[in-house]
Amino acid sequence: MSYKANFRIWRGEGGEGKLEDFVVEVNEGEVVLDVIHRLQATQTPDLAVRWNCKAGKCGSCSMEINGRPKLGCMTRMSTFTEDETITVTPMRAFPVIKDLVTDVSFNYQKAREIPSFTPPDNVQPGEYRMQQIDVERSQEFRKCIECFMCNNVCHVIRDHEENKAAFAGPRFLMRIAELDMHPYDVADRKDSAQEEHGLGYCNIPKCCTEVCPEHIKITDNALIPMKERVVDRKYDPLVWLGNKIFKRSSSTGSKTG
Amino acid sequence: MEIERHEYDVVVIGAGGAGLRAAIEARQQGKRTAIVCKSLFGKAHTVMAEGGAAAAMGNVNSADNWMVHFRDTIRGGKFLNNWRMAELHAKEAPDRVWELEAWGALFDRTKDGKISQRNFGGHEYPRLAHVGDRTGLELIRTLQQRVVALQQEDEKLHGDAEAYIRVFAECTITELLKEGSAEDSPISGAFGYWRETGRLVCFDAPAVVLATGGIGKSYTVTSNSWEYTGDGHALALLAGAKLINMEFIQFHPTGMVWPPSVRGILVTESVRGDGGVLRNSEGKRFMFDYIPEVFKDKYATTEEEGDRWYNDQANNRRPPELLPRDEVARAINSEVKAGRDSPHGGVFLDVSTRLPAAEIVKRLPSMHHQFKELADVDITAEPMEVGPTCHYVMGGVEVDADTGASSVPGLFAAGEVSGGMHGSNRLGGNSLSDLLVFGRRAGAGAAEYIDGLAARPVTAEETLKNAEIEAMAPLARTGGENPYEVHHELQRTMNELVGIIRKPEEVKEALEVVEKLKERAANAGAPGGRIYNPGWHLAIDLRNMLLVSECVARAALIREESRGGHTRDDFPGMSAEWRRKLLRCGVTPDGEVVVEEKQQPPMRDDLIKLFDRAELSKYVTADELADFDALVKES
Ligand SMILES: Cc1cc2nc3c(=O)[nH]c(=O)nc-3n(C[C@H](O)[C@H](O)[C@H](O)COP(=O)(O)OP(=O)(O)OC[C@H]3O[C@@H](n4cnc5c(N)ncnc54)[C@H](O)[C@@H]3O)c2cc1C
Ligand code: SF4
Ligand code: SF4
Ligand code: FES
Repeated sequence: MSYKANFRIWRGEGGEGKLEDFVVEVNEGEVVLDVIHRLQATQTPDLAVRWNCKAGKCGSCSMEINGRPKLGCMTRMSTFTEDETITVTPMRAFPVIKDLVTDVSFNYQKAREIPSFTPPDNVQPGEYRMQQIDVERSQEFRKCIECFMCNNVCHVIRDHEENKAAFAGPRFLMRIAELDMHPYDVADRKDSAQEEHGLGYCNIPKCCTEVCPEHIKITDNALIPMKERVVDRKYDPLVWLGNKIFKRSSSTGSKTG
Repeated sequence: MEIERHEYDVVVIGAGGAGLRAAIEARQQGKRTAIVCKSLFGKAHTVMAEGGAAAAMGNVNSADNWMVHFRDTIRGGKFLNNWRMAELHAKEAPDRVWELEAWGALFDRTKDGKISQRNFGGHEYPRLAHVGDRTGLELIRTLQQRVVALQQEDEKLHGDAEAYIRVFAECTITELLKEGSAEDSPISGAFGYWRETGRLVCFDAPAVVLATGGIGKSYTVTSNSWEYTGDGHALALLAGAKLINMEFIQFHPTGMVWPPSVRGILVTESVRGDGGVLRNSEGKRFMFDYIPEVFKDKYATTEEEGDRWYNDQANNRRPPELLPRDEVARAINSEVKAGRDSPHGGVFLDVSTRLPAAEIVKRLPSMHHQFKELADVDITAEPMEVGPTCHYVMGGVEVDADTGASSVPGLFAAGEVSGGMHGSNRLGGNSLSDLLVFGRRAGAGAAEYIDGLAARPVTAEETLKNAEIEAMAPLARTGGENPYEVHHELQRTMNELVGIIRKPEEVKEALEVVEKLKERAANAGAPGGRIYNPGWHLAIDLRNMLLVSECVARAALIREESRGGHTRDDFPGMSAEWRRKLLRCGVTPDGEVVVEEKQQPPMRDDLIKLFDRAELSKYVTADELADFDALVKES
C-alpha cells in the first residue's frame, strides 16, 4: 500500500533557488499536498506552501506538478506511477516569494480595477426578483475559487511581464462578463473590457479553460460572448453614433464648466 | 529589530464572514479600518461552507417567521443559548441576506424569482438561502467584492483606495496590546508578523474585533483548516476576557472516512436535507431508533412518513436523519461501536437511490466532485461512507449580545470565536447568518465605543517588547522540539480523550498530557529563516491550541450532564439545574486556566411564552416551570 516516492521540489526565495530531490513515503489515497505536508513534518519544516481547505474549494494550493498547473490538494498520487519522479514548482507567471509560494498581488490589483456591481438606484434589498435561468450564466463564473491558474497559464502574460499592465487576465475578464450578464447590473462594461482591461489581447487558444479546476468554460461562456457583445457594439451604427455624441458633449461640458 | 507600525481606528482580526461584515460596518460608519488575516484575501474558512445561510424570509413556506426560527435555534441549542443573541439573529438574518443580494450575490431562485430556501436539520421550514452547495464561497466573495467597492469609492473621494479600509493578508496576530496589565485595562492595539517576510508589525488602535473562527485543528479528525488554531480564543483569554461554553464542540455527523488522507472532510448536511438517508451495515435506516424523548412528537416514526415529508410537510413529520447534529453524530458513533459499521469504520449515507443522477449533480455538485476526485466514489450510483468529524466550537468569547463587546474595553468578538448564540449545539446554516448579523453588530459596537472615548489608549513599550521576544523565540531555538510532533500529539490526545463521548478519567489524562505538551511547546524550535516559514508559524500557534484545549477539557470535566456537544459517559442525561449554569474560563496573570460557574439570566417573558408548557417541562426546573405558569396566568 505504502511506498517511497521520488519528489523534486523547487526550493528557494527572492528570485534564487533550485530543484531539490526528496524521497518520501506515500500512503493509499493520498494527494500531492499530503506528501508535501509529510515532508514538512519529517524533513523540511520550513518548506513553504499555501493551502486551506484541502478539498478544492479555496484555491490556495495552486502549483505546477510536472509542469502542469494543478491544485495540490486535488492531485491524487495514484495518477502517477510509483517509480516516476514528480516535479513540483511554483506558478510561473507570478514572482516567487519562497518555495511553492508566489506573489499573487497582481490578481488583487486587477480585481480592484474592475468597477463593482452597479444595481439600479430604485431597487431596495429584498425586492430583487430574478429567474433561475437568468442567473445561471453568472453563477457559473461565480464558482471561481480564485486559484489564479488561468491567469498563470494565459500566454498573454505567462512569459510577458510587459503585458500585465494592460491585461486583466482570464479570471477578471470573466468577472466583467459575469457582471455584464447579471440581471440587475446597469453599468456599461463593453468598451472598458476592450479598452482598459485588454479583452482584445485574448486570441482564444483556450488554455485557461483547460486548467480551470472548477471546469468553468471561461472562453466559450465568458470571453467569446463578451467579445461578441463588444463587436456588436462597435459595428452597430446607432450605438456608434450614440457613443460619439455622448462622448463629445460630455467632454465639451467639462471644458466649459 | 524595527517594528512596522500602523495606526487605525478599528483592527478586525479575521477575513471570514464575520470579520468582513464587521469591517464593512466600521468603514461605513466612517472609521479607518484594518482587516488582518492569516491567509490570502478570500480564502478564510467561510469559503468552505456549503449548505447555506439560515434566514426566516418565508420564501418557500410563508408560515416561517423570526419566532419559529428563534424557537428552532433554542431547541437545537438545548435551551442553553444566550436568548438575546438568538432573538437578534432570528430577527435580523433576512435583512443581512437581502443586503448581500444588493451587493451582487446570486443565490439560487424560487419559481417566483425570490431567493430559494432549503431544508436543514433542526429547521422547521425550508430556511437556508443557498447557491448549490457552495454558499460560503458566494458569501465570502460578495463581502470581498463589497470591500473592493468601498475601496473604489475611497479612491474616487480621497485618491487612495486604502484610505479607509485596508487588507493585511498573510499577517498573523500573536498578541493583543493594552494600556496596562489590569484585566479591565483598555485595548490599545494588536501585534503580529507578516508571514511573507517575517517582519514584525504593530497596529495601534483603540478597538479590536476578533473574528478568527474556531479551534478544530486541536483534533485529528476535523473538517477545519490549518487556520483553526483557536488564536482569537487564546488572544481574548490572555487579554483578560472570558470564554464560555468551551465544553460544547460540534462533531458533524457526516465527515468523509476514507481514504485516510481526507478523513474528516465535510459531507454537507444538504445531502440529508435533499433526501439522503443513513444506513448501517445491515442496510437498516437506524436513525429511527435514536429519536430522543424531547423530540418524539416532531419526527416521523416510519420510513413511509419520513419519505412523504419531502413533498408534503404540512401533513407529515420530518425523517430522523434531520435531527440536530449532536443526536445524529452520537447515533452514528453508537452504530460503529456496536459493530454495524461500513468497511472503513463509518456508516452509509445514500442519496443515489433517492434522487435521479442528474438531480444529484445539479443540487450537490461539489459533493459529487469531491467524492469522485478524492475517493473514487460516484455518489449518483453508490452510497458514501461517513462518520463524525470535529466541525465547530459553540464556545467562545463572552460578549454583549447587542454590541459584541467583551469584558475588556475595546475588545469585540463576532462569528465562531464568540460564544453563547448557539448554546450547546449549533443548527446547520445558523453560522453563516450569525456571521452577518453579529459581524455587523460588532463593527457598529466598535465604532460607537470609539466615539465615546476621550483619548486613544497608548501601549506600554514593555508589552511590545515582550510580544516581540515571544514571537521570535522559536527561530532562535535551533535543535528544539519539532512543533509538528507536538501538534500531532495534541490532536491525538483531544481526539481520543476529549471527543464525542467523555469519560472523566480520560479527560483528566488529557489534561496531564496537555500540561506536558505545554513544556515541550515552550521549547519548540524552527529551523530556517523568517520568510514564509511554516514550522515557525506552527511553533507560535501551539500556545493557542494548548490553552484552548485546556479550557475545553477543564469545562468538560466540570459539567456533569450531557447536552448538545457535550456527552458525559457517566452522566448521560440532561440536568435542568445545569441548564441554568454557564462555565466561564479565564486565565490568571501567570497563565493558569480558571473555570467558574455563572448563572444564565432567565429568558425574557415574551420570548419564553413562544414555547408551550409541555416542551419547557422537559428542560427546566420545577421552580422555573412554576414561574412560567404564573406568567401565563397573569397575561
Ligand atoms: C466544511 C464546512 C462547511 C460548513 N458549512 C456551513 C454551512 O453550510 N452553513 C453554516 O451556517 N455554517 C457552515 N459551516 C460553519 C461556518 O462556515 C464557520 O463557522 C464560519 O465560516 C466561521 O466564520 P468566521 O467569520 O467566524 O471565521 P472564518 O471564516 O473561519 O475566518 C477566520 C479568519 O480569521 C483569521 N485569523 C485567525 N487567526 C488569526 C490570527 N492569529 N491573526 C490574523 N488572522 C487570523 C483567518 O485567517 C480567517 O481570515 C461550515 C464549516 C465547515 C468547516
Ligand atoms: S483563451 Fe484568452 S484569456 Fe484564456 S488563456 Fe487563452 S489568451 Fe488567455
Ligand atoms: S476561473 Fe477557474 S482557473 Fe481561473 S481562477 Fe477561477 S477557478 Fe481558477
Ligand atoms: S487547499 Fe483549498 S483548493 Fe487546495
